[in-house]
Amino acid sequence: MVKPPDFIAAMTGSLDEQAARHMVTRTPQTEALGFQFVSISEARGAIRVPWRADLVGDPETGVIASGVVTTLLDHVCGLAIRAAAAVPQGTLDLRIDYMRPARPQADLVADGHCYKLTRTIAFVRALAHDGDPDDPVATAQAAFALIGGGA
Amino acid sequence: MSADATPAERLAAFLARTPYIAFLGMRAELAGDEMTAILPFSPHLIGNTMLPALHGGVLGAFMEMTALAQLAVITGGPRPAKTIDVTIDYLRPGRAMDTYARAEIKKAGRRISSVHVEAWQEARAKPVAAIRGHFQTPTEG
Repeated sequence: MVKPPDFIAAMTGSLDEQAARHMVTRTPQTEALGFQFVSISEARGAIRVPWRADLVGDPETGVIASGVVTTLLDHVCGLAIRAAAAVPQGTLDLRIDYMRPARPQADLVADGHCYKLTRTIAFVRALAHDGDPDDPVATAQAAFALIGGGA
Repeated sequence: MSADATPAERLAAFLARTPYIAFLGMRAELAGDEMTAILPFSPHLIGNTMLPALHGGVLGAFMEMTALAQLAVITGGPRPAKTIDVTIDYLRPGRAMDTYARAEIKKAGRRISSVHVEAWQEARAKPVAAIRGHFQTPTEG
């Protein structure tokens, strides 16, 4: 069983794997979508969403809805910021480009990288793929406001 | 969906054929050709239990689905449009309450349409989020 991370500890310092796993799998929306923790490393994070029939956008193609990709990319950006030892307050803007449809019934994996932190803002890039990160389904660029003026 | 379907029939067909719309619990109402999308609050939409607040991705997805629904109402093809890109602006926290959205089709092109959407909760003049997006018109057949 996953122990909930101590909130104060989660608000400061770097993110351990248990807190990252909790962040990915234990919010109501990510739990409803079935998000799975993949990994964290310095300023980077990865999340998987397994294919499910009720998450499909167009039943004729069986491809996961772009709205699921939006939430996946938003969440992996937040994870990357926590992996950079900052705490996101909220998304300011999120731009998503959909390169191609995912393969029917394919799981999706998103990788996020927080490549710049200022005292108040985090800048993040992310992509979602269905097996090959060099052939992404979607890419994202986001800016987040930070809590507490940065680390 | 036949070309002579009414806007209400086109909207109902779009909402009914999309499993993810049911996952969100999204509805929509038409007044003439003006559509209001409704996202009734549900606990599974929460992204931050501390505030609590709706997941930012949910707000973005809801507005994108609103754009696709509005395009279905106007163009009425058998297949939904495909999203090319969206830019989401987050203006205020999405609180644990019902959310509404309206889409404005800035340009309905033969191949590509440009759509703006705003979402609000308590007051339309205080939007919680907005998107601008481009959508590809599906090819027939």
